[in-house]
Amino acid sequence: MPDAATLERLVGALKASDAESVIDTVETPGRVAIEVKPESIVGSLEVLRAAGYEFLASVHGVDYYPNEPRLGVDYELLSREACDRIALTLRVSTEDPHLPSVTPAWPCANNQEREAFDMFGLIFDGHPDLRRILMPEDYEGHPQRRDFPIGGEPVLFTHNEHSVPRWFE
Amino acid sequence: MSTVDPAARELSAYRKMEESITISETTEFEGDRELLTLNLGPHHPATHGVLRLLVTLDGEVIRRLQPIYGYLHTGIEKTAEQKSYWKAIPVVERMDYVSYYFNAMAYCGAVETLLEVEIPKRAQYLRVIHMELNRIMSHLVFLGTSALDLGAISVWWYCFRERETLLDLFEMSSGQRMHTRYFQIGGVIEDIPDGWIEQVRKFCAIMPERADIYGDLLNKNEIFLQRQRDVCPLPVEKLREYGVTGPLLRAAGDPWDLRKTMPYSSYEEFDFQIPVGTKGDNYDRYQVRLAEVKESIKIIVQALDNLPDGPTITDDRKIALPPRHELATSMEALIHHFKLVTEGMRVPAGEAYYPIEGARGELGCFVRSDGSSKPARVHMRDPSLVNMQAAPAATEGWLIADMLATVAMFDPIIGGIDR
Repeated sequence: MPDAATLERLVGALKASDAESVIDTVETPGRVAIEVKPESIVGSLEVLRAAGYEFLASVHGVDYYPNEPRLGVDYELLSREACDRIALTLRVSTEDPHLPSVTPAWPCANNQEREAFDMFGLIFDGHPDLRRILMPEDYEGHPQRRDFPIGGEPVLFTHNEHSVPRWFE
Repeated sequence: MSTVDPAARELSAYRKMEESITISETTEFEGDRELLTLNLGPHHPATHGVLRLLVTLDGEVIRRLQPIYGYLHTGIEKTAEQKSYWKAIPVVERMDYVSYYFNAMAYCGAVETLLEVEIPKRAQYLRVIHMELNRIMSHLVFLGTSALDLGAISVWWYCFRERETLLDLFEMSSGQRMHTRYFQIGGVIEDIPDGWIEQVRKFCAIMPERADIYGDLLNKNEIFLQRQRDVCPLPVEKLREYGVTGPLLRAAGDPWDLRKTMPYSSYEEFDFQIPVGTKGDNYDRYQVRLAEVKESIKIIVQALDNLPDGPTITDDRKIALPPRHELATSMEALIHHFKLVTEGMRVPAGEAYYPIEGARGELGCFVRSDGSSKPARVHMRDPSLVNMQAAPAATEGWLIADMLATVAMFDPIIGGIDR
């Protein structure tokens, strides 16, 4: 994690590029996360790339149920030069889960953004190929959401094959 | 469940799309040449699991490669959210089923970061020994199965002989051959048994020579070399762009290894080299892994030589179970035991990302805690999933046979991709 002076410099750089972009800075043991507005994520990542964090290690989807706005995305950045990590986070609501895709600028985020779309229903605008990646294409719902029930899949037997929807269509 | 009349049901958008496709519409042309789209897998011996590849071919030359994942999706991350922290370890281990110690380490590390718990030195060393043994095992599986794909069956038998020795070592230290659940939050579950160190030393004495033998078997195999040398190279910049880490990146000449650059679990105390390639072709990808086996042996020998004495798990009773003998005499121990076994430990609210150098690259575990005794989110940054993004770029323009060799060299583990 960056030290206090570096963090201040990074937040300053983020605010310089877009004054409204930074919402909060969360420090937990061993990790600093800067929460930014969803619209400014692409620009914020570019600012951090210019500051040396040039490897986007990972993209995670998160559901903060029951807190609002519910959905979140975490971007883990790595600076090879400084051997240092920093995280950018953002929050969007389930009613309007749109956020800009970072895949055009960071091709490494492709599969993980698709995974976040698949599991949480986050819609990455501008993603070149936003399809389900792990669940079947005709699956309904986003299973990693916290309010998605577990154990709800009917098991197919001969006695219920006509009442289990979708299987033979 | 209500009965649904199949005729009255509205077709889903996907089925509509599927029904609208006819063969004539999907025929593609490039100039006057007709392209052929070929489906490979998900059940195909050369795809190392249930990986499905859609290949668009011009004759035998690949014009487009599209990996399709999800055939092994079992919802492990969802399952982990239903379990208390310490009970999630077994399911997390089953993600990338060839490198279970790494999965457990990434997960336990993330939870330990949230708990801010100190790991005893002996436990750190035991973790290092087991992870390096696991790295050798994983590379042996890679070497054996990849050589099998390229028609060299004998290497497979030899590699799996050594793998068997390793699995016996795992069984001796933890009782299980695979998915050992040896790593615990706060340390390792118990000390190694008597005689284990001697067995590991015996293995370390023969393994470097064995690795040389396997290298000789393959390096004097003309067919193997023709399908490896200068095939499907990718430069460092391209690999970084696609987020590739681990042996694939090092094969292209970038000496990035988290064990050296951002050490965890006392890796800074060991003396070892990072093997790198020069071209980043398939031959380098295989050579780097073979060389890593020898470096892992070096680490294990050093760890055995300097194995510190002391406890193997933290003495924080809120995290680790009290020793068995205390239960009969101490009321507090009994209460702690009861609380841990029934409810599990409570982890302070927060988020942690714990990256380690897995056998295939950066294996990171993201854990979010909401303050309860169950994780609110467990997400693996699996190196196979990210590395496969570079597969289309590496193989387009090459022959379909080269593509199979390259997929073998990428060494994706589908359990890790699909989770």
